[in-house]
Amino acid sequence: MTFTLILEQTFNGLQAGVTLFLVAAGLTLILGIMDFVFLAHGSQVMIGAYAAAAITQASGNFYLGVLLAIPVTFASGYLLEFLIIRHLYRRDHMEQVLATFGLILFFNEAIRVSFGPAALFSDLPHSLSCFVEILPATPYPAYRLGVIIVGLLCAVGIHLLVSRTRIGAMVRAGANNPEMTAALGINIKTLFRLIFATGACLAGVAGMMLGPLTAVQSGMGEPLLILSLVVIIIGGIGSVRGAFVAAIIVGLVDTLGRVFLPSILRLFVEQATADGAGPALASMLVYILMAVVLIFRPTGLFPAKG
Amino acid sequence: MKKFMTICAISAAMSAGTAFAESVKIGYMTTLSGGAGIIGKQMQNAVNLAMEHKGGKLGGMDAEVIFADDQRKPDVAKQLANRLMKSDRVDVVAGVIWSNLLMAIHKPVTRNGTLLISSNAGPSPIAGSQCNKNFVSMSWQNDQTPEGMGKHMQDAGIKSVYLMAPNYQAGKDMLAGFKRYYKGTIKGEVYTKLGQSDFQAELSALRAAGADATMIFQPGGMGINFVKQWKQAGMDSVSKLYTVFSVDGVSLPALKDAAIGILGTQTWSPDLDNAINKKFVADYKAKFGGYPSFYAAQAYDTILAIDHAIAKSGSKDTGKMRAVLAAGNIPTTRGNLKMNTNQFPIQNIYLREAVKDADGVVTTKVTGTVFTDHADSYAKQCKF
Repeated sequence: MTFTLILEQTFNGLQAGVTLFLVAAGLTLILGIMDFVFLAHGSQVMIGAYAAAAITQASGNFYLGVLLAIPVTFASGYLLEFLIIRHLYRRDHMEQVLATFGLILFFNEAIRVSFGPAALFSDLPHSLSCFVEILPATPYPAYRLGVIIVGLLCAVGIHLLVSRTRIGAMVRAGANNPEMTAALGINIKTLFRLIFATGACLAGVAGMMLGPLTAVQSGMGEPLLILSLVVIIIGGIGSVRGAFVAAIIVGLVDTLGRVFLPSILRLFVEQATADGAGPALASMLVYILMAVVLIFRPTGLFPAKG
Repeated sequence: MKKFMTICAISAAMSAGTAFAESVKIGYMTTLSGGAGIIGKQMQNAVNLAMEHKGGKLGGMDAEVIFADDQRKPDVAKQLANRLMKSDRVDVVAGVIWSNLLMAIHKPVTRNGTLLISSNAGPSPIAGSQCNKNFVSMSWQNDQTPEGMGKHMQDAGIKSVYLMAPNYQAGKDMLAGFKRYYKGTIKGEVYTKLGQSDFQAELSALRAAGADATMIFQPGGMGINFVKQWKQAGMDSVSKLYTVFSVDGVSLPALKDAAIGILGTQTWSPDLDNAINKKFVADYKAKFGGYPSFYAAQAYDTILAIDHAIAKSGSKDTGKMRAVLAAGNIPTTRGNLKMNTNQFPIQNIYLREAVKDADGVVTTKVTGTVFTDHADSYAKQCKF
């Protein structure tokens, strides 16, 4: 266990963390501000990945693919809110869970019908398939470094948007008291629609960046959805800052735990037991973390309301 | 009155149907929905192609195939098996991709006296202590393929290896099979999460471990993820990658050039040189576009086996069909298949390499034979 290995794994954890943040940021706003349980957020990741992969394949240019896929995901979020979601705001949470779970099934099947059941081909852009030396003799894939940078830029952008702009002030006001905000003459319906579409767009960006790294296939966003629910519970529902901190923590805990836990266990028990229990324990780690946070801070690390 | 007449007409038609000729019904269970849906789709294509090649008749009998989607869930598989046997009254239940699903339906189907033929899964209990004479495998026993990989790497004189497989029963079986024949140093044995999509952390650890070679079992989407990230991390300069069930007709279209040069072992390859295989691969490509995977080939072989069993015994009786299959010499895409005493095939294990074909499409090519007529290691525990 050398220093460079720990450094490399920290970068891996950061990359997982910022990807999670992009998914969780939208979800925490939708859940916290709009008080809407939206399970189909993973589908937005899938839509982003498919849009980018398909346009990249057609145009032969990865950057063009991403650039054009961003408005596609924004539009899909906007339309989804307009056609379906807005009719569900007044329903109770259980019905929202059922309806949005139905949406997951619908999107997965729609992708299979239009793109076929096979995974889509998508590869790294040539200009980013090189390595960067983060320390002398410690190469790290440039693309993954790019993912970290884009994720951090998005985080800064959202932070500025929420804390420094007029729209951000409306969002914060809407989070605290939607009725009062509406009474002050702010069009809360349009605001909700924009939040929803922006959230979908951020999840889509996560999908676009994941595309070249993983298999672009139907249902690819679901594992991320579960982890991002953990993130928003740890961070505090409705808090973007909380989502960021929690996403980085979850990314690091998951990655470092997965790699180092089996070897740490090996110090105490024999190898066969460590190899068996290690991965099982590592996959539980983030949920244990969530339970601990819930015990000491039931509203999360950065509660958004009161 | 009119209703009564219709019922009469239907029952008359039905009795006429049964009196006319004997027909055989096959329940084919596979995964058609979810992330693994592509595997089931290929198998369904292959079954339909086999039926077309046989003119809709198996062994001279009119044949019907009923497809059932198990959704990769053991409980669903069990319900479907019951429905196929009790309500559809099928003569054969076939298919099944996953070992845990096959374990779930093995007892109910074989106890019912229905013939059960696996097109893929081959868990060790069914080959050994829990074997049943009404079960026939048209694929392999789980350990056979990684045993081939172990032997190849042992013979190639590779000094150290790093192993990686998903943390579930088949993953552990595969690595156990590998270690039965590989005697070099094992630098690490890592069990990843089933369905894991990002392996970067494991790759960093692997780089630090510095083994001469790496052997993985990561089926389906996990294989696509792993190989992509392996290439992106520049791991080829650190270690040499060997695979089982990870680089195949299902993952190659998504991997393309990234897979070229990767070695794996398998009991089948699209370029196996025999008449049945040539016709199967050519017609599959023409009809569905793209190469079939080993899953498709085994599904095709399953229908050929049923055809062979009925033609030779002249009956769709479970006992008579199984007696024909147990005798072996079944015509398949892998040549004439021999059968072990536990009704699992005795077959060659080939070394395959991912290459580009004449049209620039990435496929696999046989580069050597690791085992000739390799039998599984559980048959001696099987007593019918």
